[in-house]
Amino acid sequence: MTDTTTPPAAPAKKLGLKERYALMTRGLGWETTYQPMNEVFPYVEYEGIKIHDWDKWEDPFRLTMDSYWKYQAEKERKLYAIMDAFSQNNGHLGLTDARYINALKLFLTGVSPLEYMAHRGFAHVGRAFPGVGPRVACQMQALDELRHAQTQIHSMSNYNKFYDGFHSWRHMHDRVWYLSVPKSFFDDAITAGPFEYMIAIGFSFEYVLTNLLFVPFISGAAYNGDMGAMAFGFSAQSDESRHMTLGLEVIKFLLEQDPDNLPIVQHWIDKWFWRGYRVLTLVAMMMDYMLPKKVMSWREAWEIYAEENGGALFADLARYGIRAPLGWDQACADKDHISHQAWATFYNYQAAAPFHTWDPSEADMEWLANKYPDTYDKYYRDRFTYWREQHEAGNRFLNTTLPMLCQVCQIPMLFTEPGDPTKICYRESDFEGEKFHFCSDGCKNIFDHEPQKYVQAWLPVHQIYQGNCFGPDADPTAADFNPLVEVLKWYRLNIGQDNTDYAESEDKKNFNAWRALTTEN
Amino acid sequence: MAVAAIKEYVGVHADSEDKFHGAKLLYIGWEDHLMFCAPFAFPLPPDMPFGAIIEAVLPGAYGYHPDFARIDWSTAEWFKSGEPFHPDPAKSLADNGLGHKDVIRFRTPGLTGIKGSAS
Repeated sequence: MTDTTTPPAAPAKKLGLKERYALMTRGLGWETTYQPMNEVFPYVEYEGIKIHDWDKWEDPFRLTMDSYWKYQAEKERKLYAIMDAFSQNNGHLGLTDARYINALKLFLTGVSPLEYMAHRGFAHVGRAFPGVGPRVACQMQALDELRHAQTQIHSMSNYNKFYDGFHSWRHMHDRVWYLSVPKSFFDDAITAGPFEYMIAIGFSFEYVLTNLLFVPFISGAAYNGDMGAMAFGFSAQSDESRHMTLGLEVIKFLLEQDPDNLPIVQHWIDKWFWRGYRVLTLVAMMMDYMLPKKVMSWREAWEIYAEENGGALFADLARYGIRAPLGWDQACADKDHISHQAWATFYNYQAAAPFHTWDPSEADMEWLANKYPDTYDKYYRDRFTYWREQHEAGNRFLNTTLPMLCQVCQIPMLFTEPGDPTKICYRESDFEGEKFHFCSDGCKNIFDHEPQKYVQAWLPVHQIYQGNCFGPDADPTAADFNPLVEVLKWYRLNIGQDNTDYAESEDKKNFNAWRALTTEN
Repeated sequence: MAVAAIKEYVGVHADSEDKFHGAKLLYIGWEDHLMFCAPFAFPLPPDMPFGAIIEAVLPGAYGYHPDFARIDWSTAEWFKSGEPFHPDPAKSLADNGLGHKDVIRFRTPGLTGIKGSAS
């Protein structure tokens, strides 16, 4: 019904940019009256962080939701046009080599599910903050992360039509041994309070470490002819720079609000630098071993993105009393080792991983020796050469005994003592009558600070031994019961397809045959 | 320190001894042989004699290495949590003082992996 008593409104005055921005962000919040604010925002105090004035939050990017949708829609249109063109033209046959595809399997099983978790995390913490500025920023990041998960899945789904190991990535993420590493990393962050989550993901991961994840993967895609993955990387780039800015704003805001926040924030930086750095072990291995056409070594990437950029960042934060994270020096020293140690681990446990590993060729080894002049020939070349010789003689090494895992990062205990790459690093703590083991001082410190949290860790090896990793049709009493095979079935790993050495894989055979069809008669 | 939480926080141990069907976890590492990327985890019955580790457990785990057949067990040095350890092969794991989630290592003097590279 029309209200005829009101005089017709004068034409609305167009709002100025500043006014419009204020109304579309800060103007959307209000003080609640039916319920007290501390019950509406119950998670904002218990971590001990003190915020006196949420209005001091400076919005790191002047973006309102309506413009956000417009920009993102434009990026999506471009991205999907490229992805369609790539798949319609059989772009996968233009790759340098099918070994590259294994980097994508690692990404899809290990990283894309974290994008989705980041979406959930930012949606959750955005809801938890009473300040409107961070709420709007977190909402945008939550949507970005969902978009990244989706675009990655869409981009890589094309490979699932042709290659092994792409079929059950989500199922595997919750079960397969090495995927407990990225999964537990994010579960740890999302079960923390909202401020810790912001330091964990928004600052430590997005700001300090993200370049070490995305630049290598996306440059790797570009170097190896994967237009699809390259396109999703570029499409995410402007989002990522927004995320980095948000991460930096969070830390400055917390430190400027109250001096009591400093020790809490410093501990979180120490913890989350180390947690994130350990997850990046997978990237180190990808860069040095999985790209047929390599971009740069892990060591070089670490020097640029961590030592130079990160070093400058912590120098900048020193005025707030923040120092470089604990473990920083060890991470810098270990840049010469972790990629080789990680590839050796996947080579060991090839039979239990849904992507292929292989013997580095003589040319690959030359490249590695050149990039790692102090360590490769001395500590690693003989190991890989021996394995290759054994493989060629029909005796490919397959380790079928389950490894000891670190209680915190959940990586097999493969890391060596600082300063001695010939000795495994062992650390342990006793808590409530039980022993717990760690790969490093960094992981032990994290445990000792919150043992109650980490005693609950779902460690794949222990879960297998407890009998929790078999399908419903497995019969442990049967005479021919093979526990390892049953675990692989529970993973939904296609035995003999997903988990062979690349040399014996269907991927290699098919890729070479299909590519030959495009170049020969 | 306690976990920061909005109410009492209790962490249930996921790997307590009662969850392994009577076995106890024992971790074993072979020094200077990093061909095996990490130490191993074994669920073992506590009444098993220690000697059975050498005879029945380790060959399946480490036998691939050319050094394994050359081990002189009478000279092997054992460590428990990094400290020297002198197990009696005839006694059980429990009687040798090995409990749930203990970690032991052995060093085989003279054997240092492929071409002495600790591999």
